[in-house]
Amino acid sequence: MRKSGAEIFCESLRREGVKTVFGLPGGVVLKLFDVLCQQKDIELVLTRHEQGAAHMAEGYAKATGKAGVVLVTSGPGMTNIVTGLADAYMDSVPLVAFTGQVSTDLIGNDAFQEADNVGISRPCTKHNVLVKDVNDLAQTIKEAFYIATSGRPGPVLVDIPKDVSIAKAEFRYPDKISLRGYSPSMGGSKQHIRQAAEEIMKAKKPMIYVGGGAIFSNAADDIRELAEITQIPVTMTLMGLGSFPGTHPLSLGMLGMHGGYWTNMAMHHSDLLIAVGARFDDRVTGKLSEFCPEARVIHIDIDPTSIKKTFHAHIPIVGDVKAVLRQMNVMLRSMDGNPVKMRAYRAPWLKQIAEWQAAHPLSYKQDDKIIKPQFVIEKLFELTKHEAIVTTDVGQHQMFAAQYFKGTKPRTWLTSGGLGTMGFGFPAAIGAQKAFPEKLVLCITSEGSFQMNLQELVTAAEHKLPVKIVLLNNGVHGMVRQWQDLFYEGRYSASILGKMPDFVKLADAYSVKGLRALKPSEVEPVLKAGLKHKGPVLMDIHTDPFENCYPMIPAGGAQHEMMLEDPPELNRGKKGGAQKRKVDEGEGVLPA
Amino acid sequence: MRVREFFQPDDQRMEHIISILVENKFGVLARVAGLFSARGYNIESLSVAATLDPTTSRITIVTVGDDRIIEQIMKQLNKVIEVLEVVDLTETHFLDRETALIKVHTKPEHREEAVRIADIFRAKIVDSSLTTYTIEITGDVDKVEALINMLKPLGIRELIRTGRIAIARETTRTASPRREPALLKS
Ligand SMILES: Cc1cc2nc3c(=O)[nH]c(=O)nc-3n(C[C@H](O)[C@H](O)[C@H](O)COP(=O)(O)OP(=O)(O)OC[C@H]3O[C@@H](n4cnc5c(N)ncnc54)[C@H](O)[C@@H]3O)c2cc1C
Ligand SMILES: Cc1ncc(C[n+]2csc(CCOP(=O)(O)OP(=O)(O)O)c2C)c(N)n1
Ligand SMILES: [Mg+2]
Repeated sequence: MRKSGAEIFCESLRREGVKTVFGLPGGVVLKLFDVLCQQKDIELVLTRHEQGAAHMAEGYAKATGKAGVVLVTSGPGMTNIVTGLADAYMDSVPLVAFTGQVSTDLIGNDAFQEADNVGISRPCTKHNVLVKDVNDLAQTIKEAFYIATSGRPGPVLVDIPKDVSIAKAEFRYPDKISLRGYSPSMGGSKQHIRQAAEEIMKAKKPMIYVGGGAIFSNAADDIRELAEITQIPVTMTLMGLGSFPGTHPLSLGMLGMHGGYWTNMAMHHSDLLIAVGARFDDRVTGKLSEFCPEARVIHIDIDPTSIKKTFHAHIPIVGDVKAVLRQMNVMLRSMDGNPVKMRAYRAPWLKQIAEWQAAHPLSYKQDDKIIKPQFVIEKLFELTKHEAIVTTDVGQHQMFAAQYFKGTKPRTWLTSGGLGTMGFGFPAAIGAQKAFPEKLVLCITSEGSFQMNLQELVTAAEHKLPVKIVLLNNGVHGMVRQWQDLFYEGRYSASILGKMPDFVKLADAYSVKGLRALKPSEVEPVLKAGLKHKGPVLMDIHTDPFENCYPMIPAGGAQHEMMLEDPPELNRGKKGGAQKRKVDEGEGVLPA
Repeated sequence: MRVREFFQPDDQRMEHIISILVENKFGVLARVAGLFSARGYNIESLSVAATLDPTTSRITIVTVGDDRIIEQIMKQLNKVIEVLEVVDLTETHFLDRETALIKVHTKPEHREEAVRIADIFRAKIVDSSLTTYTIEITGDVDKVEALINMLKPLGIRELIRTGRIAIARETTRTASPRREPALLKS
């Protein structure tokens, strides 16, 4: 039967198993929305801003591993998702974004709401296509989903002109794709895997350094097996958190700029680095010339461009983490790798690391006057028994959450790492909650980031998505203020948010429950009440505006030269900018 | 100026001729070119045309970089969905050619000289006017540049070059599997 482009679009989504589309309509996509609203098994989530739609789709994708789907109009609709596309591209998030385009006969005429969608998105998509002929639509959609989710995942944009959505064609959904220029390698070279296994058995001070790739590959069990049979400690990048339980005795938590002192010291002194789906980002390596100076490097990555891009690799293994580790673990076992024997062999190394950790553990001082952000996150970790999907925004709160919320499961830590997009966290939480309506979804954020997409409060309320927003309200762009403290003599240029909305009233205006904690003693009651509430909640928790996040490797500094606390000469807010914010008086808004 | 002369002798950067077979589709050239500009790689010259198979085109890019950069360029190109094959011809035996059209300004006393120079290089005079000759030369880059240098004193009014194209010699093929020679080496 002949179908319209819009019907082909919906039918193709159904064949791809799409259940939810995040989007916002406009002139050239009316036909697509018209047909979409008649589908019983595909739900449309109308967002209040297209950026929200893109991040919701990211949250959905990160939590499920399936492609998130976005549908927006041409021109401003498309340009509003560019940040989401760039974010997804940097963090390898599978997205398929459908954008409307003006009719094919108008393309290039500066028509109403025309934008060069394919041109604008080219540098921030894995692939993008303008569909000029309705006969190509089904094939293009099939390929888009395949490209977005296979190999190194990423966003794909499909641009559909208005006339293509209306024109009719015979519908045949292809069951195979043949992309002659695309075939991600999976297995890895046997010879290199064997060589790697041999070095792993011999190494005295090895480290497993796990990144986002392990999560995309669903390889948490294999990582754990690798670590346990070889008794090698595991550190995770910001994107790799959750791939190995943060509570495991072999976990060293996050490494890099705000990683543990013991973690970065262990990296620095290691003799063998097993990089697993990680890309040696500059926030991890610090000064490259002093990064892991004594280590041999095994690098497993599905994307050859990640290997030897910034750092050398002695044993490069191009392949999927799970596929490679499965083979490697079998080899290691056959080489007599087992926990008992290896524990003895590694004892001196693990002891050394424990000493580093004992010397400089993570620390903060909570008094009874002003709430410390770390305290809130520790409490949250305790109260939820780490059974939650956590999303964050970008800033200090993100780093505190990475340090103190020691997640144990993959796909439960959703954050924006590569692009560092403020405004990501809240819509991402909505997307994750949409995917898992029954699970507890926490959004840890701060007032700066939260205000970048707070319009989606009403989306959460409308769809009854019970996201728990934990707003660490320090009244400042904390991360920026921290850098100004440390590197700009305390001149707080544009980092103090002078006027603040009343977040409890704001929540109320959007039909979301609002709570507030002003004193340390109010933290636990507010968190408990918020977690218990059935619907979405905004917990406005006023935290110390001057707390800084440590350890810290200053940008461009060497891995082992961390700052562990505020330097004594710190010159806070002395030269211009606002002075210390008053500690808020009075009582919080507590549950009745 | 020749790239090779431009850099210091101990500079690790070398000129490479990269031959890229791509799907003959809308936007592919932009993706390939965009990849170079976004990552700060050089394009010294670029040429594109269809191959025998109308569904594919060949892009020849001359670029400059040290081993690490060239390795990244090769990998990044391979990553583009519509790229079918990437070969660094500089790693093989190859022939390269470039065509230039050179319009020289000829004062009456120089017309002879222009013809003589063209002859020496086996270049063709393809157009003439009372005050100009247009000379066509095809050859490897040294030859083309030598001719340009000889003609300069006469006064070059316009110079158009095609950019270089290159082909592997009989023993190899200007196509290689999408595998990664550089990786297997290490
Ligand atoms: C304020 C701020 C502070 C930050 N501080 C830190 C910090 O202290 N420490 C830190 O670690 N990060 C930090 N980051 C994050 C940092 O910027 C990078 O995003 C992060 O380090 C990259 O993580 P990754 O190496 O795991 O790579 P990802 O971006 O997750 O990339 C994954 C890699 O795995 C590969 N891959 C994908 N799928 C597979 C597969 N199936 N099999 C094999 N390989 C695969 C990909 O090709 C890629 O190379 C910070 C970010 C912000 C915003
Ligand atoms: C969209 C965007 N704009 C600017 C920045 C630069 N930036 C990084 S952290 C930060 C401050 C974040 O403030 P807030 O959300 O309040 O978090 P806090 O550090 O206070 O926890 C800024 C402005 C960014 N990452 N993203
Ligand atoms: Mg803040």
